[in-house]
Amino acid sequence: MEETATERAAIATRALTKRYRGGQTAVDRLDLFVPRGSVFGFLGPNGSGKTTTIRMLMGLVAPTSGSAEVLGAPMPGAVRRVLPRVGALIEGPALYGFLTGRDNLVRFDSADPTADPRTRAARVGAALDRVGLAAAAGKKARAYSLGMKQRLGLAAALLQPRELLVLDEPTNGLDPQGMREIRTLVRELAADGTTVFLSSHLLDEIEQVCTHAAVMARGRLLTQGTVAALASSARGRLAVTTPDTSDAVRVLKEQGVTDLVVVDDRVTGDAPGACELADLNAALVHARVRVRAFGTERASLEDAFVALTGEGFDVAG
Amino acid sequence: MSQADVVVGGARAASPLWQLSLFRSEVTSVFRRWRTIALLGVLAAVPVLVGVAVKIETGGGGAAGHDGAGPAFISQVTNNGLFLVFTSLAATLPFFLPMAIGVVAGDSVAGEAHAGTLRYLLVAPAGRTRLLCAKYASTLVFCLAATLVVAVSALAVGALLFPLGDVTLISGTDVSFGEGLLRALAIAGVVALSLIGIAALGLFVSTLTNSGIAAMATTVGLLITVQIMDQFPQLHAVQPYLFPHYWLSFADLLRAPVYWDQLLDNARLQALYAAVFFSAAWARFTSRDVTS
Ligand SMILES: Nc1ncnc2c1ncn2[C@@H]1O[C@H](COP(=O)(O)OP(=O)(O)O)[C@@H](O)[C@H]1O
Ligand SMILES: [Mg+2]
Repeated sequence: MEETATERAAIATRALTKRYRGGQTAVDRLDLFVPRGSVFGFLGPNGSGKTTTIRMLMGLVAPTSGSAEVLGAPMPGAVRRVLPRVGALIEGPALYGFLTGRDNLVRFDSADPTADPRTRAARVGAALDRVGLAAAAGKKARAYSLGMKQRLGLAAALLQPRELLVLDEPTNGLDPQGMREIRTLVRELAADGTTVFLSSHLLDEIEQVCTHAAVMARGRLLTQGTVAALASSARGRLAVTTPDTSDAVRVLKEQGVTDLVVVDDRVTGDAPGACELADLNAALVHARVRVRAFGTERASLEDAFVALTGEGFDVAG
Repeated sequence: MSQADVVVGGARAASPLWQLSLFRSEVTSVFRRWRTIALLGVLAAVPVLVGVAVKIETGGGGAAGHDGAGPAFISQVTNNGLFLVFTSLAATLPFFLPMAIGVVAGDSVAGEAHAGTLRYLLVAPAGRTRLLCAKYASTLVFCLAATLVVAVSALAVGALLFPLGDVTLISGTDVSFGEGLLRALAIAGVVALSLIGIAALGLFVSTLTNSGIAAMATTVGLLITVQIMDQFPQLHAVQPYLFPHYWLSFADLLRAPVYWDQLLDNARLQALYAAVFFSAAWARFTSRDVTS
């Protein structure tokens, strides 16, 4: 049922494509499905099209072809109906340096035609508190550090209760403490029922906070699903601990295990796809290899990514 | 109750009056800029310079002004300080005033694009048409403010340095000081109105680029070019369509009876420029990609 599917989706795109005027295809036939209530990690190296996708979702740029729905309404057509329910941080914060932190928020809040001017001051104060900027609210924004600017940008996204938060690389340029705070905030918001769409080029960040993820590379969607399913789709490496490492390597090679590596008394390798692990163990024991430990290492999202692209993560730009 | 529950089922009910918040916010951010204050300061200084120069020249015993030299009405200033208002407006209208408008209008959209704040206004969501209207309206408020700054500064300096009294109009008739003041106010209104064309032109240029500086420079460059074109007799045929062509017609308000022809030509021309360039700005701004 198409309708119930889009109702459950906070974001759904169909063959969404963007070619910039330079001619390069930044996003190529993207079919994204972000379930409501999820913390969705939008993962990809720099230049893979994450920001371009977010710009299309927010109505900032027009798709070359394809369509997008946000909170069940078509974008960019329903911008005025949808965006008051969406908070966004796109490509880092942008502020008026000549205004104080508080006045920056007042300005952004004034731009929302659904924002009640009578509650403006209270909402601005609450948003400042939420990101821990209340003490610096009277300072001119040009005097803010990058971390403070990032928080103020987040505060602008939190001026109203939102159904969807779109955060484009929210931890960029933050120190570890700042990153932790953002993660905590994301978890809190998600617990309140807000759908969070979080783009990042950092795998562990996605792994730590997200329930779902999509992986992009060069404008294409490689895969999407729950983080657990993505990680398990990449099979972990087989690991055998044994004093008889050379015999173990010989036996495993006969069984079709590839990329064998020996470190001290540990042998690791990639087991062939259609292969019962118990049979491997039996073969080892049968060949009188003394096995101290046998199993697979838990696969990480990084393994999944390497398996998908055949390359490491932080390669591009 | 979760946060999301509060708003489930569509946008919050909004009062149409809330839409004005954006306009108010635009006006305050224009006037809270250091640059705006500096522009207004320069405009306020012009009448001071003119007034002091006239005072020094006449204080030296020489006859006040010579016909044809210096800005219009300068020869009457020594007899009546109110004429400093007319002189100052005539002196600032060709370049200073429209340059200030060009800076504010040129920066209005491009400056926000450059700073990146444009994308946050659009996702707020300000709405592209509404934002453009608010930008234009706040520029028009600046046109009026800039004109009034010149007029009020000139009136203050004129009252301080020269006598005030009945006003002798261009047509030779005398009117009371009160009526002269009213006519000065009307002239300030006409001068402000004369600037809506270049304000729209600047707004359009501002939608074309992501650099506020480039947009300001282009707008001011266009102003200078057009002003020069307006001086060449060879371009006689196109001059009635150049936006500054009828600017100095405001002097016709100092006649009894008032000559309306050129005043109306000016109003029509400004309205035409405003309509054409605002439409162009709208067409461009509502269709462009905002990637900065
Ligand atoms: N305004 C633009 N004009 C032309 N090309 C662009 C523009 N913005 C981004 N691109 C290109 O589109 C591709 C995707 O960029 P982007 O969406 O910013 O990726 P990401 O956010 O994943 O780093 C890149 O190759 C980039 O060079
Ligand atoms: Mg990006």
